[in-house]
Amino acid sequence: MAIPPDEVRRIAELARLEIRDEDLERLAHDLSAVLDYAQVLRRLDLAGCEPLSFAPPEAGLRDDEPDGRGLSQADALAMAPETEGGFFVLPPVVENLEP
Amino acid sequence: MSARESWRLSARALAAAVEAGECTPLEAVNCGWEGPAVAWERDVHAVAHADPEARAAGASSAAGGPLRGVPVVVKDNLCTVDYPTTCCSRILAGYHAPYDATVVRRLRAAGAVVTAKSNMDEFAMGSSTEHSCYGPTRNPWELARVPGGSSGGSAAAVAYGLAPLALGSDTGGSVRQPAAFCGVFGLKPTYGRLSRYGLVAFASSLDQVGFFARHTGDLAVAYAALAGPDPWDATTRPEPAPDVSDWDRGVEDLRFGWPANLWAEGVQREVVEGLEEAAARLERAGARRVALELLPGDYAVAAYYLVATAEASSNLARFDGVRYGFREEGARDVRSLYTRSRSEGFGPEVRRRILLGTYALSAGYYDAYYLTAQRARARIRQEYRAALSRCDFLVMPVAPTLPFRLGEKLDDPLTMYLSDIFTIGANLAGIPGLSAPVGPAPGGLPRAVQLLGREDGEGVLLRAARAIEVRGARALLGRAHEAEFAWPTKR
Repeated sequence: MAIPPDEVRRIAELARLEIRDEDLERLAHDLSAVLDYAQVLRRLDLAGCEPLSFAPPEAGLRDDEPDGRGLSQADALAMAPETEGGFFVLPPVVENLEP
Repeated sequence: MSARESWRLSARALAAAVEAGECTPLEAVNCGWEGPAVAWERDVHAVAHADPEARAAGASSAAGGPLRGVPVVVKDNLCTVDYPTTCCSRILAGYHAPYDATVVRRLRAAGAVVTAKSNMDEFAMGSSTEHSCYGPTRNPWELARVPGGSSGGSAAAVAYGLAPLALGSDTGGSVRQPAAFCGVFGLKPTYGRLSRYGLVAFASSLDQVGFFARHTGDLAVAYAALAGPDPWDATTRPEPAPDVSDWDRGVEDLRFGWPANLWAEGVQREVVEGLEEAAARLERAGARRVALELLPGDYAVAAYYLVATAEASSNLARFDGVRYGFREEGARDVRSLYTRSRSEGFGPEVRRRILLGTYALSAGYYDAYYLTAQRARARIRQEYRAALSRCDFLVMPVAPTLPFRLGEKLDDPLTMYLSDIFTIGANLAGIPGLSAPVGPAPGGLPRAVQLLGREDGEGVLLRAARAIEVRGARALLGRAHEAEFAWPTKR
């Protein structure tokens, strides 16, 4: 199944990735090849197989309880490209409608 | 004891020498850096980050324990406070983690010292260590060939003697395949046995930290020091890790499964000969062979490259140029900040996998791809369980070929993915796997076999690896221990 280049563009937008025009054909081809290969799964008898998201131990997992530890604000901000007054700095999220 | 002697020692022997006062922790830690091994690094390029001051500081504060003074190389996707952690990606250039990964913390508590961060495929996505922003690692046995991947730097460093022990991560074979290609032992434990806290996530349901060593006994000591529940990782198994102290007990009471249908075609002759050699050694040591059939690996590859990329597309969404890592300057709004930082920061293979995963999860394709892959995963796990109910462990290839050449598979992603065909099943099923060297093929490239066990079956795998090691792998490794500074032979 060939994925049309437009579809690759749409997926790239969802993934917040930019695709250069000269890479588009190649990428569509690579993705199609893997998805074609994945068609072998149709030959597998999956009757009675419930989706398995990971292999849990027989005993189950413990409860995921917070234990109160965390990063300090200074540590959390230390590796950010830009901070100000204890916050991460971003370009505008909402356009300024005032003139 | 000088660096010229100690670099060839096992981790246990080195720790014993430190304990006995035959060398200081600093001498032990520096043995790979000052001994003859260091000349290899210029050709092999196993190391992504090194720092003599961090090494010395680590040595001077080395704790007492079973790994006292032992230098350990750690893959660049495990967080360390004293070295950068970049996953060999431009998007994490210069990143320093605010904490140690649990496995690193436990290494230090056992007395080990981190002496380098190793080169890897960017975000562990690859099977050749060619996808690193720092350039490729080469195979120390033949520099024109790849060391395998994604933990190729860790495998190569242990092979040429920079350290007796290294950590890697294994999502689809990234410890076992480079171990095989570099002629060292590689262990991927049961899912949930080693904490993933501080391991930068690629595919969380498949990722598992693993070990490289030149000796089975070193794997056992390292496993005992690091495995077990971690309050900071809810997916660690709650009960204590299995005891592996009987790794040298022999295999007389064990049965190994022999799924010969897997290598009836499409597997290089030298690989099959390696399997026969390992089986013969196991039988001579008293183990019994059980012929059985196993589901071909094609299904696992298909399921894996949908599940792993789907999880990766979600995990890697956190890299957005805001909280850490690379930011493309000059963006006018948030959306273009995200898009431009990610497009410039991620390399081509990572971008390709994010796209594939986004596709598999997107509306309209979710049922056909992601859900089908998850159902196939359940089937594959059943298959392994059924096979392992008839035997104690399985013997099969690690990879269909011996190490391939640099560049050989770089332009064809699907062909590269198929080099994981025998290793992926263990990650989907959550079972442990061990790659054990069986001696060189004619021509000198390393051969290896893969041993797969039941959940928590690490002890059985180590016993089997030991049985293979005693009668042959020593001959391969012996060159490091007996020949003076001439291992591996440079070609």
